[in-house]
Amino acid sequence: MSTQASSTIEKPVEFVSGITVRLVGDSGDGMQLLGQQLTNTSALLGNDVATFPDFPAEIRAPRGTRAGVSGFQVQFASHEVHTPGDTLDALVAMNPAALVTNLADLVKGGLLIVNDDSFEDKDLKLAKLNTSPLEDPSMEKYRLIKVPMTRLTKEAVSEFGLSTKEADRCKNFFAMGLVYWLYGRNMDATLRFIHGKFSAGKSAIAAANEKALRAGWAYGETIEALGQSYNVEPAKLSPGTYRNIMGNQALAWGLLAAAQRSGKELFYASYPITPASDILHELARYKNFGVCTFQAEDEIAAVCSAIGASYGGQMGVTTSSGPGIALKAEAMGLALMLELPLLVIDVQRGGPSTGLPTKTEQADLLQVMFGRNGEAPLPVFAARSPGDCFDIVQDAWMIATQLMIPVVVLSDGYIANGAEPWKIPDMTKLAPFTIRHPQESNNPDGPFKPYLRNELLARPWAIPGTPGLMHRVGGIEKEDGTGNISYDPENHQKMVHIRAQKVANAAKLLPPQDVEGPQSGDLLVLSWGGTYGACLTAVQRAQAAGKSVAHAHLRYLNPFPSNLGEILGRYKKVLIPELNMGQLQMLIRSRYLVDAIGYNKIKGKPFTVSELYDKILEHTK
Amino acid sequence: MNTALKVLKADDFASDQDIRWCPGCGDYSILAQMKKVLPEIGIPPEQTVFISGIGCSSRFPYYVNTYGVHSIHGRAPAVATGLKLARPDLSVWVITGDGDSLSIGGNHFIHLLRRNVDLNIVLFNNRIYGLTKGQYSPTSVEGQITKSTPMGVVDHPLNPISIAIGAEATFIARSVDSNIKHLATVLKRAAEHRGTSFVEVYQNCNVFNDGAFSYAQDKATRDDTTIELEHGKPMIFGKEKDKGIRLNGFSLEVVNLAEGKVKEDDLLFHDEQADPALVYLLSRMRHPQFPEPIGVFRNVVHETFEQAVRGQIDQAVEQRGKGDLQKLFASGDTWTVKV
Ligand SMILES: Cc1ncc(C[n+]2csc(CCOP(=O)(O)OP(=O)(O)O)c2C)c(N)n1
Ligand code: SF4
Ligand SMILES: [Mg+2]
Repeated sequence: MSTQASSTIEKPVEFVSGITVRLVGDSGDGMQLLGQQLTNTSALLGNDVATFPDFPAEIRAPRGTRAGVSGFQVQFASHEVHTPGDTLDALVAMNPAALVTNLADLVKGGLLIVNDDSFEDKDLKLAKLNTSPLEDPSMEKYRLIKVPMTRLTKEAVSEFGLSTKEADRCKNFFAMGLVYWLYGRNMDATLRFIHGKFSAGKSAIAAANEKALRAGWAYGETIEALGQSYNVEPAKLSPGTYRNIMGNQALAWGLLAAAQRSGKELFYASYPITPASDILHELARYKNFGVCTFQAEDEIAAVCSAIGASYGGQMGVTTSSGPGIALKAEAMGLALMLELPLLVIDVQRGGPSTGLPTKTEQADLLQVMFGRNGEAPLPVFAARSPGDCFDIVQDAWMIATQLMIPVVVLSDGYIANGAEPWKIPDMTKLAPFTIRHPQESNNPDGPFKPYLRNELLARPWAIPGTPGLMHRVGGIEKEDGTGNISYDPENHQKMVHIRAQKVANAAKLLPPQDVEGPQSGDLLVLSWGGTYGACLTAVQRAQAAGKSVAHAHLRYLNPFPSNLGEILGRYKKVLIPELNMGQLQMLIRSRYLVDAIGYNKIKGKPFTVSELYDKILEHTK
Repeated sequence: MNTALKVLKADDFASDQDIRWCPGCGDYSILAQMKKVLPEIGIPPEQTVFISGIGCSSRFPYYVNTYGVHSIHGRAPAVATGLKLARPDLSVWVITGDGDSLSIGGNHFIHLLRRNVDLNIVLFNNRIYGLTKGQYSPTSVEGQITKSTPMGVVDHPLNPISIAIGAEATFIARSVDSNIKHLATVLKRAAEHRGTSFVEVYQNCNVFNDGAFSYAQDKATRDDTTIELEHGKPMIFGKEKDKGIRLNGFSLEVVNLAEGKVKEDDLLFHDEQADPALVYLLSRMRHPQFPEPIGVFRNVVHETFEQAVRGQIDQAVEQRGKGDLQKLFASGDTWTVKV
């Protein structure tokens, strides 16, 4: 690192096991970019990382206001981390609104870096402050570093002849340079990014950004207020080649992998909605993988077109968030009646209605379980982390094709936008899914029987274009075997049971539930979805404190793993933390008659480890 | 295709299902003409797919021995779009009713037309909700007494042809259930068109809206109440071929040829590729002021949706090579943890 130093004074470096930083500023200040760069760079240095981007629903809320504050939190460490961290070691605030809305999370004695130039009267007024928070006596609790970033950036880039606005835009790179120096982050990857991004005809901007970045670094080296820097050793991850991956990206790649493993073309239909849209953006870039992306006129058309593609023998997939899933409900019921493979992916956000579009929540579980007319059960899976999105959608497509059934996959805003190191899989080691499209009729004595089933109760996936297998499918109840319209009461009862049993059969194809920690004891923490990291970390901390507690994290919510009931019986208490009013808790209670205890948070924010830890202690006294 | 040599007959397209429409329903006639036309089109049953929504008309797929999906109310265009994008090799038909396509499915209907997916829509317009037993529909006429409008319909009806023009449809036609020769010709022309073909069929629901189109169906009157559109020919109608349609400023008018004051050359000549504004005027011709046009209103060629979409996929493969997942995963910044 010292090769980058231009100054002669070497400041001491302290190695620490982990750092949590939050970068906050105006929506237009480029905080998300700064955070992503810091994350990627830290991952490249071999740290384990976890992130939490947090931004407003408005694209550009009025500048300098509290509503417009956008933040990015990252924890990088020399040990495994599963959460972005509860409290902050350092906070970088670009304006007063950002400072006051985030200061509460900074630890006592923590480092507070502010852009001093944006604490003028007009800035205070925008943040609805009468006096500058920097003058407040409470500031003594922190190591406050006031940096005139706007001015220093402007001076640094003056040689490039940029407009005032363009020059001002470079200040996030100045902040980045300072942070990079502070934590011994190598600037190479970010320099590659800068020159890659601004290459075409914008070389002056690229050069200015590089200059600002280096100026920020040099500033850290020089100023007396920062007496030392910090660094974090690489984490001991399992051997392999890694990259940094975000949840929606992993999900998109998982769909590509599932298509390849099943020998199908991916037909992906969606209607834009936060926080799912990035999957559409990502897949639209991969047309050379044979992916057909279709931005439909609404969510209903999206799911229906995916059904059409599946009927045609391709891989039909649709994604949305809660409001869009509500619109898809009727068509999901149709797909279940047609007994076609289909993926319906719900990247959950705060609800109900428009709710909190950019915040996270886990409140769609019961919607996807039950939000359809009639007896309409579907398999429901949930990703537990950004990287897990890659695996879970492949599991889902495997089940969808083996059972001829639509499968719902849940992700959430926290996973979708979060990032973590991801061990790159070897595609040659991922076994293909065997899919058969019959060529011959299964009924020598009459017409083809589209609803004649195999041992798993799956019907044949006969596709248009196959001579002799012409058949009609529809949403009306049908006779088992022939698929002819049937209003016969006995047949309806039989078909309802068959469709339920098909879902239950998924458990035969899926692994049993595993438990982290003692196989029996005082408390089992049972979680699902994006709360995985926080629950695991809290349980591990309680275990280290000598508590009799174990953790089971569900990736398959319908059907539950076959051994789950037995696991639940081995602990005195079961605690179910959820970012909803107790939806899994309700399912577990009704299914297993276990008096599970809920721990519920509905603030649009993930759990902190410490609040979970406190809860665990409360129940393991 | 192993069936290429076989000469297809109407029976090859008949399914083994009992037909459950009311006796006398206009749907029977449309089904019969479809089964007659399908063999003439020459696409084998296994390459043909009928997709419908919900309604009496939407039961249609069960009665043809092809592939078929009886989907949900209003959504057939979306199902069909997905199927055609995934399988451009198939011949796809959408069967829909006036409620199915213009009320609950109005959104999908216009988007299907503007995208110009290569498939054929047949809208069975009976100006009533048949399957739900007689409520008014978006094409019901003002004042129509139905179960849900005992004092008469007060909304203004939609005109399916006008909507199709507004939605940039490339093929627009109309026929009448009982005018079987004409219907067969129109269905065949729709099948031949590359792009979305839209055919409105006046269909009698003899149970809930009997006689809604009797003016156009009745052999005694239909020559005076309808006008057959023929490309390149002057617009003449009437049992005695003595009346015509003339463009007067921005309006159409009925003129009498018998008096000798107006000559054939003064009439409007039908042009299937005419400016949509003119086609729109034709769509506004309503009984009893005008004879209602039947036949092909518009027939123009545009690139189809699936061609354009597939074209981008091919182009991406050509420019970047067939996608390689392993390479994609390793793109950008990676690092290796050693054993
Ligand atoms: C979501 C939904 N809403 C309502 C219905 C009830 N429904 C069935 S058919 C129909 C109207 C059909 O009218 P139309 O499309 O004109 O077809 P027709 O029966 O006249 O051929 C309605 C309202 C339904 N099946 N699904
Ligand atoms: S209700 Fe009307 S449209 Fe439906 S089958 Fe009977 S006659 Fe035909
Ligand atoms: Mg109708």
